[in-house]
Amino acid sequence: MPDNKEKYAKLQAAIEKHKGERGAVMPVLQEAMTIFGYVPQDVQEMIADGLGVTLSEVYGVSTFYSQFSLEPKGEHIIGVCLGTACYVKGSQKILDKLSEELKIEPGRTTADGLFSLNATRCLGACGLAPVMMIGEEVYGRLTPDQVPGILDKYRTAQ
Amino acid sequence: MELYRSHVLVCGGTGCSSSGSAKLIERFEDQLKEKGLDKEVKVVRTGCFGLCEAGPVVIVYPEGTFYSRVKVEDVDEIVSEHLLKGRKVQHLVYVDHKTHESSVQKSLSEIGFYKQQERVALRNCGVIDPENIDEYIAFDGYRALAKALTEMTPEQVIQEVLDSGLRGRGGAGFPTGKKWQFARASKAEHKYFVCNADEGDPGAFMDRSLLEGDPHAILEAMAIGGYAIGADEGWIYVRAEYPIAVKRLEKAIEQAHEYGLLGKNIFGTDFSFDIHIRLGAGAFVCGEETALMASIEGKRGEPRPKPPFPAVKGLFESPTNINNVETLGNIAQIILKGADWFKSIGIPTSTGTKVFALGGKINNTGLVEVPMGVKLRTIIEDIGGGIPNGKKFKAVQTGGPSGGCIPASLLDISVDYDSLTSVGAMMGSGGMIVMDEDNCMVDIARFFLDFTVDESCGKCTPCRIGTRRMLEILERITQGKGEEGDIEKLETLAENIKSSALCGLGQTAPNPVLSTIKFFRDEYEAHIKEKRCPAHHCQALLNYEITDACRGCTACARKCPVNAISGTVKQKHVIDTQKCIKCGNCMATCKFGAIIKK
Ligand SMILES: Cc1cc2nc3c(=O)[nH]c(=O)nc-3n(C[C@H](O)[C@H](O)[C@H](O)COP(=O)(O)O)c2cc1C
Repeated sequence: MPDNKEKYAKLQAAIEKHKGERGAVMPVLQEAMTIFGYVPQDVQEMIADGLGVTLSEVYGVSTFYSQFSLEPKGEHIIGVCLGTACYVKGSQKILDKLSEELKIEPGRTTADGLFSLNATRCLGACGLAPVMMIGEEVYGRLTPDQVPGILDKYRTAQ
Repeated sequence: MELYRSHVLVCGGTGCSSSGSAKLIERFEDQLKEKGLDKEVKVVRTGCFGLCEAGPVVIVYPEGTFYSRVKVEDVDEIVSEHLLKGRKVQHLVYVDHKTHESSVQKSLSEIGFYKQQERVALRNCGVIDPENIDEYIAFDGYRALAKALTEMTPEQVIQEVLDSGLRGRGGAGFPTGKKWQFARASKAEHKYFVCNADEGDPGAFMDRSLLEGDPHAILEAMAIGGYAIGADEGWIYVRAEYPIAVKRLEKAIEQAHEYGLLGKNIFGTDFSFDIHIRLGAGAFVCGEETALMASIEGKRGEPRPKPPFPAVKGLFESPTNINNVETLGNIAQIILKGADWFKSIGIPTSTGTKVFALGGKINNTGLVEVPMGVKLRTIIEDIGGGIPNGKKFKAVQTGGPSGGCIPASLLDISVDYDSLTSVGAMMGSGGMIVMDEDNCMVDIARFFLDFTVDESCGKCTPCRIGTRRMLEILERITQGKGEEGDIEKLETLAENIKSSALCGLGQTAPNPVLSTIKFFRDEYEAHIKEKRCPAHHCQALLNYEITDACRGCTACARKCPVNAISGTVKQKHVIDTQKCIKCGNCMATCKFGAIIKK
């Protein structure tokens, strides 16, 4: 796949850029996440080889931080804020509604690969609680009955 | 510099950006150009104004008119009425929740939300364009650094900070001057000055707003601190969830380099200082200083035992000083105005101000900065404007997952480090979440434990296993399966974890449980003994009932996902509690308020 070749070339460039830098594993993993959307084993192997560290060190880091995913994610990533301000204002109900609508548990991706559903940490937009994000878009002051309509926007955009 | 007759300040903080303030700026610029006003009126995207509840917020100077919840459609009216004809747009002006007074005749500082505040750390937030170093400089920016480097010895800088009584705003409240003394005393070739911008406390966004609204203030403070302790390199560790803050910091560092305010031989002295940014990757424990340093080193962010303290052996094995963002936000002002001025704010043991992120069940959600020692009641009732929807105040949670809940009976407590600790809560980093009668305190304790269990790094057993056991008990209780003796079990586990966990995360994790048991023991007992949730929150302990107010419209029966509601048209319906899954759809659907939770 030519598409993939390009991605690996980008990763190689990221490795070259950070090589020799102190603490390079995290920034390179972060770039790999942007390039691939997740960090499968071969990507981690390439990072380990490239930076001259062991695979177990890379794997140790990639599994420690919640930002790194070892599995591919859906096209639209939904994050429902479960920070305290959102929680006391009922964000659990928003998450439940999404779970019901998408027929998946939080942390999973729909079978069609369209949506991934996550419960996230505080997004720092507490003034708008309860809040969720779909991709970069922020939806605030939500009620559960707004959920289906919002999802439809992404479904019909296909 | 060009002169303008009016300035339109549009909030570019996270809250307002999320509700579309970028589109407002575009529209303002288009409209002003169209009306030929673009040489007379300047549009500025600022940092957070604090009153997120009213966002997106627009302020027009010189009048100081405060427009709230402004929509793109409203922009044309503000331009054609206010900016062209000088007539304020009455219906868009902010109305005080509590007094129902419009603020048309008032300037910003007279509005209830701002009246009792005192801005030191947030002084420039919402005032200057954070992406423009010239504006920061126009507001005394980098003057403190100049003063420190050219008129003071490092020891004098440390003495000033020590005399000011400034204590760390990151949670523990350790005197900042002392910390700098320790780091100065360590002899080494390289030292580091680290800024902790990890802000993991859920429901807190003080540091974020400061970074987004006034990034140069943090850079300036780091350079001053670097000079004081003898460091030549600074690191900012910032959450990946804060993209706007990261972007503005990067820009600020670049600008500071251009102006020679960072880099080699600053102000022609032999002091050189550089700052790097490192992004977190979503781990709460990385806010703990030893874990944070491990993370900057590119490792798993696991804490390690202290001593050795960072001042002796920190980042890359070198002496390191680490301070929180808000702590640093005070430094330049202390150097410029002096320790005595700073001490004149607040109370002797807690000097200066504290920024709080006020959220939850409160009218004016947002960011507030108050002198230490104000009454909690002032924050909740006067600044926060009280509880919405006529509900009753129940508790306020401070200190996040390490803190506790303060009940209504203690609302007159003074907000300072020691008073809050004395009632089992803590200052923490500044999250302040208000809860009303509908919030179940057992569930809140469960919520925080769920957080800690998820965020425990797993290195030490008390935290990894102990908090999980506590969570299991709390889950049982909220599901109506609580047993006699559970409260005592929780208390014993809590004490053991507190005394044996490796880092602050585990040592403080039981606090939310202990404080809710202390003040709301009756709620725990109602769950356990009577299988009842007094706040009507815990689903498993609820029953829905239809009252005589039912008109038999059948709306609820149609909405029920499990067909648990039966009845004939125009007659009172009934819910089969055996079938009911307690989703609450019926109650949300009923137009007559005929469905109640029991
Ligand atoms: C679990 C845990 C999380 C922490 N998170 C933060 C944080 O997000 N931000 C912060 O400034 N300090 C945090 N701290 C406190 C830091 O360890 C450290 O005390 C602080 O950065 C020192 O700065 P200060 O003296 O200026 O407050 C945390 C501590 C613990 C135990």
